[in-house]
Amino acid sequence: MKRREGLAKLMGRERYVDDLQVDGCLWGMTVRSPAPRGRITEIRFGRGVDWSEFVLVDHDDIPGPNEIFLIEHDQPALAPGYVRHVHEPVLLLAHPERAMVRRAVREVEVIVAPEPPVLDYRVTPGADQIQFGTDNVLKHLTIEKGDVERALAAAPHVVEGIYETGAQEHVYLENQGMLAYLEDDVLTVSGSMQCPYYVLQALTHVLNRVASQVRVIQTPTGGGFGGKEEYPSNVAIHAALLALKAQRPVKLIYDRSEDLAATTKRHPSWVWHRTGLDRDGRLLAQDIQVLIDGGAYVTLSPVVLSRAIIHAAGPYSCDNVRIDGKAMLTNAVPFGAFRGFGAPQTQFAGERHMDVIAETLDVDPVELRRINLIRDGQATSTGQVIHDGTDREGVMQQALDMAQYDEKRREHLHFNATHPSLRRGIGLATFYHGAGFTGSGEVVLESVLHVAGRPDGRVEVLSSNIEMGQGTLTVFTQLAADRLGYDPADVVIAEADTSRVPNSGPTVASRTSMIVGRLVERACDDLKTRLGLAAEARGAAIKNAIIAWYRDHRNEELLGRAQYHQPEGISWDERTYRGDAYGTFAWATHVAEVEVDLRTYSSRVLDFVAVQEVGKVLNETLARGQVQGGVVQGIGWALMEDCRFRDGAMENNQLTNYLIPTSDDVPPIRVAFLENPYPHGAHGAKGLGELPVDGPAPAVVNAIAAATGTDPRGIPVTPERLMKLMEKKEPRDG
Amino acid sequence: MSSNIPITFELNGEDVTLEVSPTERLLDLLRYRLDLTGTKEGCGEGECGACTVYLDGLPVNSCLVPAYQIRGSRVDTIESVDSEDVDPLLRSGATQCGACTPGVVMTALWIREHPGLLQTHTIRELMAGNLCRCTGYDGIVEGVEEMLLRRDRAS
Repeated sequence: MKRREGLAKLMGRERYVDDLQVDGCLWGMTVRSPAPRGRITEIRFGRGVDWSEFVLVDHDDIPGPNEIFLIEHDQPALAPGYVRHVHEPVLLLAHPERAMVRRAVREVEVIVAPEPPVLDYRVTPGADQIQFGTDNVLKHLTIEKGDVERALAAAPHVVEGIYETGAQEHVYLENQGMLAYLEDDVLTVSGSMQCPYYVLQALTHVLNRVASQVRVIQTPTGGGFGGKEEYPSNVAIHAALLALKAQRPVKLIYDRSEDLAATTKRHPSWVWHRTGLDRDGRLLAQDIQVLIDGGAYVTLSPVVLSRAIIHAAGPYSCDNVRIDGKAMLTNAVPFGAFRGFGAPQTQFAGERHMDVIAETLDVDPVELRRINLIRDGQATSTGQVIHDGTDREGVMQQALDMAQYDEKRREHLHFNATHPSLRRGIGLATFYHGAGFTGSGEVVLESVLHVAGRPDGRVEVLSSNIEMGQGTLTVFTQLAADRLGYDPADVVIAEADTSRVPNSGPTVASRTSMIVGRLVERACDDLKTRLGLAAEARGAAIKNAIIAWYRDHRNEELLGRAQYHQPEGISWDERTYRGDAYGTFAWATHVAEVEVDLRTYSSRVLDFVAVQEVGKVLNETLARGQVQGGVVQGIGWALMEDCRFRDGAMENNQLTNYLIPTSDDVPPIRVAFLENPYPHGAHGAKGLGELPVDGPAPAVVNAIAAATGTDPRGIPVTPERLMKLMEKKEPRDG
Repeated sequence: MSSNIPITFELNGEDVTLEVSPTERLLDLLRYRLDLTGTKEGCGEGECGACTVYLDGLPVNSCLVPAYQIRGSRVDTIESVDSEDVDPLLRSGATQCGACTPGVVMTALWIREHPGLLQTHTIRELMAGNLCRCTGYDGIVEGVEEMLLRRDRAS
């Protein structure tokens, strides 16, 4: 099936939030902190502005608790006289003319009496820098398996390494934006978001309103990648506060520079590995420490850290594993959800470390991975026994075959010996990604989904899972049509409007197709049951039964319902971090061929192969596009995406100096899928969305190391970084 | 704000006369005053190409064009595109979130109409002014290739 809303998007007919024209609408903007930490002593309003024309909102205008509802409630919606990061929202302004409000924001001066900020998450804070608990540790998590110290003491080889990753900006092409307005006493907020019910909860909490007085509608969302998981609650609250005070509709649309400066990014990471191995390179012990920079508030850092440490040991079998992870407070703009959610950071470290081990022990990097890959019956670091029957070695082998790995290695030897200025190398990464919420997260969510019959015999899928480009509308249509024997045109997907759709959970964690898609199937089955039809009933039989039902039940609605149930045999202990961290994992190998120009130190990916086992591919074009797009994000993170910080805020907050890959920076991404249906996923599908971001960075950097003989330990490997490695004759980073 | 510069220009084949302010961008004029919201703002500084329109037949970033400069010119936007022309892009997976897509379509169609460029440039080079964060570009490049093939078959 072709992308359902594809033609509307290609023709420019899809209406995103900033495309909505609203009569009498004001433009809102945010006045932000200039300082990383301190008490606000004064707010000065410039004399060149007639302030009586403006609507002004500060923390005193907040009807409920001044808290953004999330894991912890430590983040205020508007700074209450104290700021913890640059760009923290302090005041809100609105005016009928956008140019006027832009000018006015520049005329407000926030004066802060500075206090010592924490600007490096790797450094132990001083006493005057403590702002959370006794040590600025936002979250501390550990995984323990076996006896690491004993195994290390006995190991013939021990290899250590430190690996670091930088922040990454989402660069969804549509910036953050919300529209808020009152209809009688119902406050409606519509805009760009991944999680309508998160926004609803945040609004009811801060505004002290009952849920029936707040309505949240997702508008077509121009990319999210996690950047529209938690952050839209902030924008929605601000738009709502202005609309309530003005008693008029307010649009709050960030421009690119504000979006880059003020919104979340991928957590920077520091990962230390100490690995014990036998003489052949078999893993005997993995001792791993993980630090991530959380920024100024807790936000989602605890769950990012959780996924980071669970993926830190890689898709390998090892009897002795100890992983210690900490999310640290700094006075940086808070870091947040980004596709992969911690797993890309720790798997960069793990897969780069595998190549460092191979180099140290003089074993083949492919062979090292092959002998350690987890096999059915073996357990992950949390003790989750893998028994899915996936041919993990086959995944790796197919990637190597497609990339002509052995031939390329031989060719590169000759090429590098003879070419005056170019060096080529090939590298791989073998990795996995757990789909759905971690541990008991899906149980806690209790997602509910409805499939409604309509009086004309069509059906409508009602869910809070949204389309942001990844294909929800198409996949849900396919699943319902397939389950009911319907023409896809007779399946309607409801707008994600919290006044109509049940809470099927957030659109995150690669869960939409696998977990919520399964609810679509089960709700279709429930619809048939309610109609008194046999499970085999299809097409016209169902349609006619729906039409007949409405003849007998006027003023009622026919609803098929499904609620998430945890599959049998899954158990997780949140306290000890032991058990089944995820219902299932998807498995993949990426291979990158890279060319480095010794004159410019720029690295170019010549070829890229991505092979993954994802249960079942639901739509070939969409799945391939997800992988290709994820890989290119990963290549950008590895080579060019460089967030430069000053006082904890991004200073290169323009697309002129924060570079993401263009079509000319990347080769065709060659994709192959292996299928081993997962019995509890929709149609056998496993989560796919985040998996492709885990592999590119280590594969590309391993290829750069092979090409140049250097040993990069951090990303992005910009030309400047590579120049330092090569010219200073200090092949090792850091 | 004063809107005091009278201009007349041709927009998607029709004459338009109105007054613009000195600071108004072509992008703002299209989106907020003429309700032609198919043209998107991605960066506002000419880096991303989401706001691509044709000015006198050439693709430009409408965020970088002061509205008063289009006096007497011809402007064509995504709203002038025929749905049959984008079918190859729909089939190849050239659109995901859709925010870059109208700009991508404008550049893609321009390449199709100027195939001689492919003697000196690759499709990837010609598309490099349109950032896309979703597709990784393969769906776009394959769609343009198919557009060119269809054009050859038709001629």
